[in-house]
Parts: sequence; C-alpha cells; structure tokens
Amino acid sequence: MPDKKEDIRIGVFLCHCGSNIAGYLNMEELEEFSKKLPHVTFVQRNLYSCSEGGINEIKKGIKEQNLNRVVVASCTPRTHEPLFRSSCGEAGLNPYLFEMVNIRDQCSWVHMQEKEDGTTKAKDLIRMGVAKAALLEPQEPIMSEVQIRALVIGGGIAGMTATLAFANRGYEVVLVEKEEALGGMLNHLSKLGPTMTDASALAEEKVRAVTGHSKITVFTKAKVTLVQGFIGKYKVDIETESGNKNIDIGVIVVATGGRAFVPEGLYGYDGKRVITQLELEVLLKNGLASAIKNVVMIQCVGSRNEERPYCSRICCQTAVKNAMLIREQNPDAKVSILYRDMQMYGVENEEMFRDSKVKRVRYINYDPANPPEVEPDNVRVYHALLGRDMDLAADLVVLSTPIVAQDDANVVSQLLRVPIDENGFFMEGHVKLKPLDFATSGIFLCGSARFPANIREAVAQGLGAASRASIPLAKGSVVVEPIISVLANEDACRGCGLCVALCPYGALEIQNTEKGRKVHVIDVACKGCGVCAATCYQHALSINSFTDKQIEAQVEAFLN
Amino acid sequence: MTKDVLVIGGGIAGMQASLDLGDMGIKVHLVEKLPSIGGKMAQLDKTFPTNDCAI
Ligand SMILES: Cc1cc2nc3c(=O)[nH]c(=O)nc-3n(C[C@H](O)[C@H](O)[C@H](O)COP(=O)(O)OP(=O)(O)OC[C@H]3O[C@@H](n4cnc5c(N)ncnc54)[C@H](O)[C@@H]3O)c2cc1C
Repeated sequence: MPDKKEDIRIGVFLCHCGSNIAGYLNMEELEEFSKKLPHVTFVQRNLYSCSEGGINEIKKGIKEQNLNRVVVASCTPRTHEPLFRSSCGEAGLNPYLFEMVNIRDQCSWVHMQEKEDGTTKAKDLIRMGVAKAALLEPQEPIMSEVQIRALVIGGGIAGMTATLAFANRGYEVVLVEKEEALGGMLNHLSKLGPTMTDASALAEEKVRAVTGHSKITVFTKAKVTLVQGFIGKYKVDIETESGNKNIDIGVIVVATGGRAFVPEGLYGYDGKRVITQLELEVLLKNGLASAIKNVVMIQCVGSRNEERPYCSRICCQTAVKNAMLIREQNPDAKVSILYRDMQMYGVENEEMFRDSKVKRVRYINYDPANPPEVEPDNVRVYHALLGRDMDLAADLVVLSTPIVAQDDANVVSQLLRVPIDENGFFMEGHVKLKPLDFATSGIFLCGSARFPANIREAVAQGLGAASRASIPLAKGSVVVEPIISVLANEDACRGCGLCVALCPYGALEIQNTEKGRKVHVIDVACKGCGVCAATCYQHALSINSFTDKQIEAQVEAFLN
Repeated sequence: MTKDVLVIGGGIAGMQASLDLGDMGIKVHLVEKLPSIGGKMAQLDKTFPTNDCAI
C-alpha cells in the first residue's frame, strides 16, 4: 500500500448495463458525483463494463491513468467480481485492489419507479465503495495440493456413471452406497422409456463395469459418517461392513438420488388396487395379471400442490411409457391417463406421447379444484369438454407420484456443509452457471439428488459432475481466494475457541504455541464468511478485504 | 497422441467446455463461424429463472 494517502489513485467505472441501470438511474449525476470523491482521479461510464470493450477501458484506465485502485459500480459480485478482478490482474494491478458496488440489484432494480431516490442510494453506495477501496491492500492467492482420489456418495445410475468417468481418467474412486446393491432406482424398474431398454440389464452392465475396475473401491451397506477438511484434502470416515475406514479424498460427488413419494391417504391408495407407478413397474417386470383390463392413471398425485409445489418432470414420461407397456402385455386393456398438463419435453418423449395416442391410450384432462374420485369399481372424473362427470371402469388405479428428496438428505447436507432447498433437494452453486457444483468448492452433485431427472439426464449429469471434479484432480493443486480470516493480532488471541466452535467450514483450530493457546486459520478451508472475526471479543481475527478499518470507513462514508 | 481439443461452436456450451478443458491444462481450439463468440446467450438481455443479465 502506498505510504502517503495522496498516492492513492482510484478509478470509478459506472456501468449502464444496457438499460438495466441507465434506464432507471441518473448516470450523468453519478459521474459528476464520483469525480468529487476523495482519491478519485478518473471516472468513466460504459454501456457494458463486463463486455470486451468495457474490460479494455478498465485496463486502459489502469495503464494510462496510473490507477492503483479500481471501483466498478454495476451488478452483483456473485457473477462478475472474478472477471473484474482478473482483468485488473491482467493490467498489472493486484486483483484485490478492486472493489465492486452493486447499483443494479440494490438500486435500479429495486427502485425502478424512484429514479431520484435510487440515484441518491447509488451515490451512497459508490461513496462507501470508494472509501473502502482507498484502504484495500494487495493479497496473494493461496496454493494447496490435491489428493488424487474422488469419493462418490450414492451408487445409482448417476453415481456409477460419475465413478466410471473418474476411473477411466485414471483416478482412484471410492463409491459408497447405503443399500446392499448398487443400481438405485433402476433395480425396481421394468423397462426404460423412451427406448424401452431393460432396466436391470442397464443396471447390471454398469455394476459389472464398476465392480470390475481396478481404480474403483465400492462399499455397499456403508455410510459416510464424518467429513473433515476442504477441497483437495478431505478426511472421510466411512462405516462399512468390514469396519470403519478413514480415507483421504480430494473431491466429492453427491449422487444420492431420490425416492418415489408414497401417497398415504390419497385417492384410496392401498398398494393393491390403488398403487404407485413404482409399484406398477414391479408388476410389469413380473408380468401383469391377465385379469387387468381397465387401468386408470392419475397424474400429479402429491405434487404441484401447496406442500410440494414443484413438477417432478419424469412422471408424465413414466405414465405414458407404462400405459404402452400395459397395452403390450394385455393388448385389450383400456388405459386412461387423467392429467393436469402433460410435460413431455424433448423429441423422443413427445414422439412416445404421440405413439401412445395411436395405440389408443386415452387422455383426459382434470382440474385440481375438482379432482377425480376413486370408487370401488371405477374412477369418476369431471370432463370439462363434455361438461359432465365420466365413470371409468378401473381394476387398477395407478397414481403418478413425484420423486421426493431422500429422508437423510439433511444428514448428508450437514456432513458436507452443503445446502438443500425447501423440498430437501441439494442446491447447486448457481442454477445456470454452476449446475453441477456446490457453492463450496470441491463438492459436486448429479442426478435426482439435485432434482428429479430421467436416466439420460442423470447420466449426463454424472459425466458432467465427474468432469468438473476432474479439474482440480488434473491440476493436482488448487488456488483459493485469499479473502480469508487472518490472525491479525496474535497477542490479543486468548485461545478461547469460540470462533472454532462457530466456524461453519472447520477452518479454525486451536494450537499450542510458544505464546500459549492461539487460534490457527487453515487458509485453504476458510471461505472468508467473517463469523469468527465478528465473534472474537479480542478483535484478534480479521478478514482480508473486510477489515474493521475498511468497514468503519464505509460506515463513516455513509454517515457523512 | 496430441492432447489438443477442438471445440466447434462458441455459444455458452462451447465456451464452458473450452474453459473446463483449459482449466484441466488441455490446449483448446475454439472455432466459431461468427465474428465473436457468445452465441445466443450473448444476445439475450435477461435469462430465467434468476433473471441475471446474460452477458
Ligand atoms: C416409477 C419410476 C419410473 C421411471 N422410469 C424411467 C424411465 O422409463 N426412463 C428414465 O429415463 N427414467 C425413469 N425413471 C427415473 C430414474 O429412475 C432416475 O433417473 C434415476 O434412477 C436417477 O438416478 P440417480 O442415480 O440420480 O438416483 P437413484 O437411482 O435414486 O440412486 C441413488 C442411490 O444413492 C443411494 N443413497 C442415497 N442416500 C445415500 C447415502 N446417504 N449414502 C450412500 N448412498 C446413498 C441410494 O441407495 C441409491 O442407490 C423412473 C423413476 C421412477 C420413480
């Protein structure tokens, strides 16, 4: 950091984000305002700061205007901070001498109708960002070695696919499955749509490949009981039939799948005449009784309602597939599907749907406000086009229930410190940009553990997750963000351990040093969340780029 | 065997594939027929479900 305050030269770049920001804030006013802020020597507005042109302007500013701090006022750091940081780095400025101000999400988006107030708030935020930028200090990235071994939790089709993908790259893999057999849901299915492949044949083929591979260690009837460490250096405890194992692991893939919802108390479900699609799969596998002549299926049972608002995606495909399989086994059976909306996405599924109509599967739309009623010999449904109730004979009623999260998803979530959503499914780092990564680096997800998926999607995700996870394995080391906690004042630390107990990442430990008990930060494990620094009575811990001084400067700038 | 990979098409899928391969230490040749990479996504304003700006 320059010794004299005068040496600080801050450049402020104001992004229009097309009309996302400029359409709702007064950009000229923000420009004039920014020019007058302390240490600011250069201000520029850009149509898109993140575009190639915008980035070049920032680099040009650093070089030509001799800027040694950069502030970009634009969108969210969650998506764009890495880009701006690395651009600063490319122009020769330490990437951590960069500060981002979010005037889109926090100003133009939320105050669309209040241009003046939104602009005033943007001024406050820019003033605060500039005040902090003046106090920023350069940081150096942290390197850490990676244990070349992957752990896959869950041995369904997604997990087995990921396991093989790792092994075929030459990496060692440990696959942990809680049941006695690998295969997951596939073990309970008959034939798989849209290709009508035999489910057990597919499962067996994968199981054979997995169990025969020299790089793969499989533990069935096993469970992960403890996960310590961080990307590249996990220590994992696994409870197996042959005793407890403690294995060093570099990356982890969660492939724990889901289970089919059991519709207790709905539509007279009894597991005999009124069954689920999953139970029907077993009947089809063993051969359907020839006495079954009239089948009625009901879609969206237990899904797309208040309790479970989501669409499980695969139940429509499953119903159409099974309707055709019923007609194949009992050619004169009548099959009716009572649906709300048919979700047959993709070319093959749509084709299967059309084909099923040619093969005389009957489709009747029902209104959830006036649902079908299951009676002893028939199902009564209100037909909106006919404007009256219809009675459909039914020897067998099949309820299409959604895939729901595993009962122990929250246990796995706590073990790995990764989030689950309101429905219990694991939550990816970003719905579009990081669909197979957790926000915590080193841990990945695939298959129905993330959201109900069909086989093709589960396989694609298994391959994708293994591919993403192979990046650190291929490199052999990881670089982690240096915005982490540091023991800034060692003398102040009394080794009380409060921070250790509160750290959500296991990144702190107490060590006995010459000066007594002191906290030690495991830098690669720290995510810089700040919980420790905020709780330390002694102000001994501090977060790089979020020091007390920097935050106080922001607060002061706001109050002035 | 040379380890270089050819990626054809510079939309979001091609760019992500190139980035991941590059991160693995593999040299990538990304070929795009238009003057700039980015594909469809770069032409969009906001993309669901999060409504982030697409660039
Ligand atoms: C009735 C029905 C019919 C279907 N028909 C078709 C079809 O025709 N075509 C198609 O493409 N798809 C179909 N599917 C979807 C298909 O079953 C899924 O795509 C697929 O099973 C998802 O695979 P997965 O590996 O993600 O999860 P799963 O198959 O659920 O496997 C997850 C595995 O993880 C294990 N596990 C869970 N928790 C833990 C833990 N804590 N520790 C260790 N192991 C754990 C489980 O025991 C299981 O073995 C159907 C689904 C159902 C319910």
